[in-house]
Amino acid sequence: MCLAVPMKLIELTGEGIGKVDSGGVKIDVSLVMIPHARIGDYLIVHAGFGIEVLDEQEAAIRMDLFRELAAATADLEDA
Amino acid sequence: MTKKTNGRVLLGHGGGGKMTGRLIRDVILPRLDRGALGPLPDSVVLNGLGSSIAYTTDSFVVSPLFFPGGNIGSLSVHGTCNDLACSGARPLFLSLGLILEEGLPLEQLDSIVASIAAAADDAGVQIVTGDTKVVPKGSADGIFINTSGIGKLETGVRLSPSRIGEGDEVLVSGPVGNHGMAVMLSRAEFSFDFDLKSDSASVWPLAARLLELGEGLKFLRDPTRGGIAATLNEIAASTGKGVRVIETSIPVDESVAAAAEILGIDPFQAANEGKIVAVVGKGLGSKALELLGDSPLARDAAVIGEITATNPSKVVMITRIGGSRIMAEPSGELLPRIC
Amino acid sequence: MIRNQEQQAAQALVREIKDLAGKHAKRVRFMEVCGTHTMAIHATGLKSLFPDNIGLVSGPGCPVCVTEKHFIDHAILLAKKYDATVVTFGDLVRVPGSTGSLASWRSEGGSVRVVYSPLDSIEVALSQAPRPAIFLGVGFETTIPTVAATLKTALARGVENLFVLPAFKTIHQPLKILAEQQDLDGFLLPGHVSAIIGSDCYRYLSEDFGKPGVIAGFEPLDILLAVRDLVRMTLEKSPAILNDYPRVVRPLGNPVARHIINEVFEPADASWRGLGIIPGSGLAFRESFAKFDAAARFPVDVPESKDDPRCLCAAILTGSKTPDRCGLFGKECTPEEPVGPCMVSSEGTCAAYYKYGAV
Repeated sequence: MCLAVPMKLIELTGEGIGKVDSGGVKIDVSLVMIPHARIGDYLIVHAGFGIEVLDEQEAAIRMDLFRELAAATADLEDA
Repeated sequence: MTKKTNGRVLLGHGGGGKMTGRLIRDVILPRLDRGALGPLPDSVVLNGLGSSIAYTTDSFVVSPLFFPGGNIGSLSVHGTCNDLACSGARPLFLSLGLILEEGLPLEQLDSIVASIAAAADDAGVQIVTGDTKVVPKGSADGIFINTSGIGKLETGVRLSPSRIGEGDEVLVSGPVGNHGMAVMLSRAEFSFDFDLKSDSASVWPLAARLLELGEGLKFLRDPTRGGIAATLNEIAASTGKGVRVIETSIPVDESVAAAAEILGIDPFQAANEGKIVAVVGKGLGSKALELLGDSPLARDAAVIGEITATNPSKVVMITRIGGSRIMAEPSGELLPRIC
Repeated sequence: MIRNQEQQAAQALVREIKDLAGKHAKRVRFMEVCGTHTMAIHATGLKSLFPDNIGLVSGPGCPVCVTEKHFIDHAILLAKKYDATVVTFGDLVRVPGSTGSLASWRSEGGSVRVVYSPLDSIEVALSQAPRPAIFLGVGFETTIPTVAATLKTALARGVENLFVLPAFKTIHQPLKILAEQQDLDGFLLPGHVSAIIGSDCYRYLSEDFGKPGVIAGFEPLDILLAVRDLVRMTLEKSPAILNDYPRVVRPLGNPVARHIINEVFEPADASWRGLGIIPGSGLAFRESFAKFDAAARFPVDVPESKDDPRCLCAAILTGSKTPDRCGLFGKECTPEEPVGPCMVSSEGTCAAYYKYGAV
């Protein structure tokens, strides 16, 4: 339905325009849908627009859950 | 040809995938094949001129003409050298045919020719004959180049899919997709900033090292259009055996992975111009990697899979989460997707 | 997260799904509404990990697949008659119309430009003014505000030769139709559409239809987690709407984006391939942006188009058939020569089945 990827906002380059980076690939995207975005934020980028700002706290919670799940498998493998 | 294509050549027919194969099979081979063309070799050993002469030809059309890591000139040398190298031949002589579009700035031509010279010197080949034509504006995209190459076979071993057997190991000489992604990101319609470069290079030094495996080296191919997906499918189709690859073993540079994700393109389908896919005997993968060793052309070379009796004629990939799926042969033109 | 950990976490989730599914003999079927989920599921081989009684079917969330042949015919006829350039996302290039695709039209000399962002269409238009540039407006709630914002920019910059041929779709109305299907037990809800419309707006699924829904991200672990939650709610008979993608989706979505949509477009009926005309499931231009409407500005007679009666795209889009049940699949209909749109879009159900197959 809609391909969108997280990219880090590294620079404000114009009125409502920001440069985002992922793995050294940089594009200017429109920030018109996310006027509250700040440098350092991870933006969800779709078709040249930031459509939302990634909530890093929620991302960290999810990552912790996945690490716990991984640890459970590792325990099974060791047993 | 079916009426669905309206009886015209489409861009997808040049993508190096299934459409290209069908065009050659349906339109070209029936008229031309007298026996030698059937297997569609990238290069051929010239019988009757001694036992050791390999011959190949390739045409180059790329937009844009200049891209990070090279231009159409260096590409036209590397591409033909690499076809020879993959048949086990040291590239020696090239012909150079230039088709120039009226209006091409001479400065651009000069810089392309300078790249041809540098790439040829670097690859140890001589340009020994050539031709130049000019077509009216609009009849070409700046410049088209054809090169043919002659090389000397440096092995008595026949590199052929027919020698590939179950348990043989598949390796790739470095990270994949760099050329295809660099060219796509360079197109005028995308305003991307990036530091990834085309991998365009002559792979003869790598092929020469792998030839030291003797009988243990079964097959070499440079995974150009269609990427490693096309090459692995070619191996599966021509051997009738299965190819099983492990996604996490396939080297992909971070920038290529990022660009592929943004544009919705499969990096395994993106072209390479300085890589080799090699099939070596069972248990010889690590020896092959050792031979490639410290060559800067073989950074991050890896064994990525093996030949199997199961899943005949198919390429199966074990995915990063442990699932399995078919790695399909690319169909046509690579298009960025958004939805 | 390192790759080994990702695989271990996936194994843990698969174990949980198998444990839950093992407690019930009943077969459960969920629909992933979004085509990008379909792609991710196939590309990562997720289905090969599920137990036999858990089925995932693909829904109508691929904008290319639900766009009718008529739309491609319209674009080509319009561009021919008015010497216009068609500007499009790459997804639409190979979609078959009645007489050919944009790719085949380009081979006959037609002007087709593929762009990454709708914003790029402004540059295309300016570079060829006054010749018209027609942007093909497909997509759901995620893509619609990008086109709306582009038109606001075009208006502000006084771009006179950029137009949009609209075929936008919105998700709630078809979802309500699908929710009535008895053989669907729940929905994997789209992550990026929900980023715009929010997680609070799907309550009707659980409250009116008794079906669970889980909003999921696009990493394989996100999808596994969402499937686990769907299986759990189904077996516990406790349908609810869960947001398993809270790092991106907020309860109320992105109101700024929705405001941009509302400035430019208003709800309208839309015709869906496979589902027919669904009232209120599309968008039309508001009066103040009507001058960008390519359909109104460049009138053209588009003959009624007929779909190949053997093509099962319609049944496939509603999840009632799988591609391997179609007689054309893999024979007359392949990604190189697609008969129906589900084979064209790389996220189309048939293309995903064809490319990634089950192993």
